[in-house]
Amino acid sequence: MTENPDAETVITARDVAMGFGGRIIFKDVSFDVRRGEVFVILGGSGCGKSTLLKLLIGLMPPTRGEISVLDGDWTKLEGYARRRLLQRIGVMWQSGALLGSLTLAENVMLPVEAHTKLPEKARALIASAKLGLVGLGDAVGKLPAEISGGMLKRAGIARAMALDPEILFLDEPSAGLDPITSAGLDALILSLARETGTTFVVVTHELQSILAIGDRCIMLDKDAQGLIAEGDPKKLRDESDHPTVRAFFRREAM
Amino acid sequence: MASAGRVHGSPTMPAATFSAEAADGRLRLRFAGRLDAAAAAAQWQQVHAVARDAEHITLDVSDLTSLDSGGAALLVSAAGAEATWEEPRDPGARGVLARFRAGLAGPSSPEERPRSFRPLTRLGAATMRLGGHVQERLGFLGETVLVALAILPRPWRLRWAEMLRHLDEAGTRAFPLCILLGTLIGVILAFQSSVPMRQFGAEIFIPQLVGISLTRELGPLLAGVILAGRTGSAYAAELGTMRVNEEVDALRIMGLDPLAWLVVPRVIASTIVMPALAIVMNVTGLIGMAIVMASLGFPPVAVMNQLAEWLSLGDLAGGLGKAAVFGLIIGYIGCQAGLSAGRGPRAVGDAATSAVVGGIVALVVLDGIFAILFFRLGW
Repeated sequence: MTENPDAETVITARDVAMGFGGRIIFKDVSFDVRRGEVFVILGGSGCGKSTLLKLLIGLMPPTRGEISVLDGDWTKLEGYARRRLLQRIGVMWQSGALLGSLTLAENVMLPVEAHTKLPEKARALIASAKLGLVGLGDAVGKLPAEISGGMLKRAGIARAMALDPEILFLDEPSAGLDPITSAGLDALILSLARETGTTFVVVTHELQSILAIGDRCIMLDKDAQGLIAEGDPKKLRDESDHPTVRAFFRREAM
Repeated sequence: MASAGRVHGSPTMPAATFSAEAADGRLRLRFAGRLDAAAAAAQWQQVHAVARDAEHITLDVSDLTSLDSGGAALLVSAAGAEATWEEPRDPGARGVLARFRAGLAGPSSPEERPRSFRPLTRLGAATMRLGGHVQERLGFLGETVLVALAILPRPWRLRWAEMLRHLDEAGTRAFPLCILLGTLIGVILAFQSSVPMRQFGAEIFIPQLVGISLTRELGPLLAGVILAGRTGSAYAAELGTMRVNEEVDALRIMGLDPLAWLVVPRVIASTIVMPALAIVMNVTGLIGMAIVMASLGFPPVAVMNQLAEWLSLGDLAGGLGKAAVFGLIIGYIGCQAGLSAGRGPRAVGDAATSAVVGGIVALVVLDGIFAILFFRLGW
């Protein structure tokens, strides 16, 4: 299922540009994300990966250009329509971003409580199932301060999955994790993508992770202020003749 | 990828239908169609009411066309431990159900037993904790004093730039607030006392009353409250954040003493700055009082004469000395609260709160001690 040009498009970005106070971060960024694929946004530090993610999830409007997520444009959606769209996506933040005063189970129950009328018992069952799925079944009652960084990330994924979203956005899922935990996370992402048909948009610069899970990727570059490559990461590694792309995949200094 | 069976909120698909057949204690629950969170929430009560008394439940979910976690929660909770399942034919729904069960099947945390209420045990534990706090604070005070004494013969070791920054933040930037508060307090004191004093024709003594209470008590005390609220909390929040970010540990590992590096400049700054704040409070308070006196018909020269006759330099010096001690303690409590902050986002807030509360309590207690001391010494 690596390249399937016929699949439905779930995210389209057209000529997107973003800048802060006269400084351009990227411009002329256009790409499509198709249903069911693992789409990786990669690039070096400071190229605007996380900014692009914030545009995709509607936290900020782009300076120019259009972004459509599941046929919705964040800048035009308000009220109920916006809530409906929010219900269909999930976001895992880089640090987990779990609320420190709530247990893991309560954290996972939060979006369920916000978007459905399910009773407490159902919410607790969903929280246990999601936390069990990411291997945290024995930590449902723990507070975020009591668990390790890797566990925080997995709990963040469990919370992002609470509403069975159609698109899951992951910000640096494997940053700061040991190789074994990181590989486990990659396996989890792959199995979810293959079995549930969930679309993944992953921001990362972990080379092994990109090659392990990525169906397609785009690469942003700070100097080019935009896209420098798009396609299957393995092909880019083997075939690209762009110097920055080659250096990135071969871990060379430039 | 044919199994992408979940279509959210699609109006074309029928919502789940649910039927129950009961026969001699055996209940057959049948679900068909699209069982999502909204449908599950709507049917939750009904399904559980039917399922509660059944001895054995058969769940026929073979005709489900789509399922999400909310629906799976309904099915799993209705089924209980020993139900017979007729699995969904739709591969997407089957996958959702399987994953939901797999998530619940793993290791789970043991049920937390409610802790029994033992008042004596709790009192003991609280006392031990309090003792620990006191010990910790005294230890910190001792360490700070030692470090400060070690710096004394080598003043170039003090981080002067850092200290000047703190002097500016704790002092210069607090002046506007002190001027405002001081003037208002002077006006209020003079005005409030003028009403009863007028009955005795004793308005001319208002300058003594306001002057002595300001220089000896209120000036240092109010300046202390301002310092505790502005600077003590800022110290706690700043150092608490540094601790949360492991900057304090980093300093220690680099061979720099966090006490010398972070605490001593701050405490020295707050000690120096307090007499200055107290003087600002005193002067503006007296000006406020003079304004009220002028409105009562007493010219400034009369007010000045009264003050010159009744106020001694000792009153001022005693107040300023007290202010310096207040500054020392407030700065120290702020730093201590920051450096002993826990981890996590609430820790910094807790540290700032305990700096302000601790600072103000210490202020009042110290003021009482000073009152007794000055009385015994006859000042």
